[in-house]
Amino acid sequence: MCKECGCQEGLEARQAERAGAHRHVDAQGRTYVHVHEDEGAGEDGHVHVHVHVHVHHEQEHEHTHEHEHEHTHTHTHEHDHSHDQVPDRTARRIEVERRVLQRNDEAAERNRAWMRERGLVAVNLISSPGSGKTLLLQKTLDALRGRVECAVIVGDQETDRDARRLTGHGAPVRQIQTRASCHLDAEQVGEHLRAVVGPTTRLLFIENVGNLVCPAAFDLGEQFKIALLSPPEGEDKPLKYPVLFHDAPVTVITKLDLVPHLEWSRTACLDAIRAVRPDARILEVSARTGEGMSDWIAFLEGLVRAAEQKRPSVPAKD
Amino acid sequence: MHELSLAVALVEQVGEICRKERAERALRIEVVVGALSGVERDPLEFCFPLAAENTVAAGATLVVEEVPVTLACRACGERTRPEVPFIRCMACGSTNVEVVEGRDFLIKTVEVI
Repeated sequence: MCKECGCQEGLEARQAERAGAHRHVDAQGRTYVHVHEDEGAGEDGHVHVHVHVHVHHEQEHEHTHEHEHEHTHTHTHEHDHSHDQVPDRTARRIEVERRVLQRNDEAAERNRAWMRERGLVAVNLISSPGSGKTLLLQKTLDALRGRVECAVIVGDQETDRDARRLTGHGAPVRQIQTRASCHLDAEQVGEHLRAVVGPTTRLLFIENVGNLVCPAAFDLGEQFKIALLSPPEGEDKPLKYPVLFHDAPVTVITKLDLVPHLEWSRTACLDAIRAVRPDARILEVSARTGEGMSDWIAFLEGLVRAAEQKRPSVPAKD
Repeated sequence: MHELSLAVALVEQVGEICRKERAERALRIEVVVGALSGVERDPLEFCFPLAAENTVAAGATLVVEEVPVTLACRACGERTRPEVPFIRCMACGSTNVEVVEGRDFLIKTVEVI
């Protein structure tokens, strides 16, 4: 009997190998594991909550089958699995090789499949705050009006200012306020997809939260990421933030109209992008003056045409 | 700092693994962080105990294995490790390369009880 917690009499009490955990096994083969508050304290002084676990012998076998289904492997070297023996709750190592963001990735795949069925292209625009995503989008929506039906999902930590700026340019817009979060995730996008995408929508812009770091780690189900980079940020941002600029097959250099006012080397900037992503497609625009916009629009129209050709012949159901 | 979201996702996965394994809790979690995964070791280690609090991962040891980028060169066929952020073959200098390792953020093993 455990003197710490006063477990039932008649239980065979055994000290677990791991300090801080008591294990008791009763006559029915149930295992009781207790972690006491004082003994469960971790290195950082963090206190574990008192836990109770009951495990039946039969369940041990059920879970073995589950492993085989899951293609994970359990290594336990502590004891054999004789049916007559009382189950022993010893530490065991499970090999998983599973993506940490699996849940996000599955949601992203659902979004991607849903959009593919509709012959819809989605691009995920990522850049630092203030690099010109929203103005570029405003002008892009104006240019595509009447030619390609567009929709926009825009993420910011706070306010619907961007959604208001983007409204009135011929495309439905949904704002996601991420609050404390620094990026959009696939589930958030999935919740808004059906609201913003209509049966004839061909191109969805997802304007991510302004941030060069965090949004790069989250697949939203887009066809690909597009990085934006403005000359005032300097030429070497791709080298400093390689994850995004490596991930994005397309980089758009924005605010070209500012170049005369800056000490900014176009060559150094293009080199930095290509150092990180050698096959990057680089477009250079000024949304303000319209410079380079026709190439950008032609590029987007090309994406839409390619997606329509790949569209399944059976129309998608909702 | 998206590492808090990543730590929460990690703890959710560990919780799922513990449920499937009918384990009481996790003792040790090994993760693999690729150099191009977008995950930073220090903030992840900082956030993990916060995300793990009051879960089956509370008090578990997080072991972070950092995996460098490996490129397969389409020009010379060599597999080399570039000096990130510069993505080019270290054998022949070609940029016609494919990243074959270093992009993943994986749970490798979980020790449970």
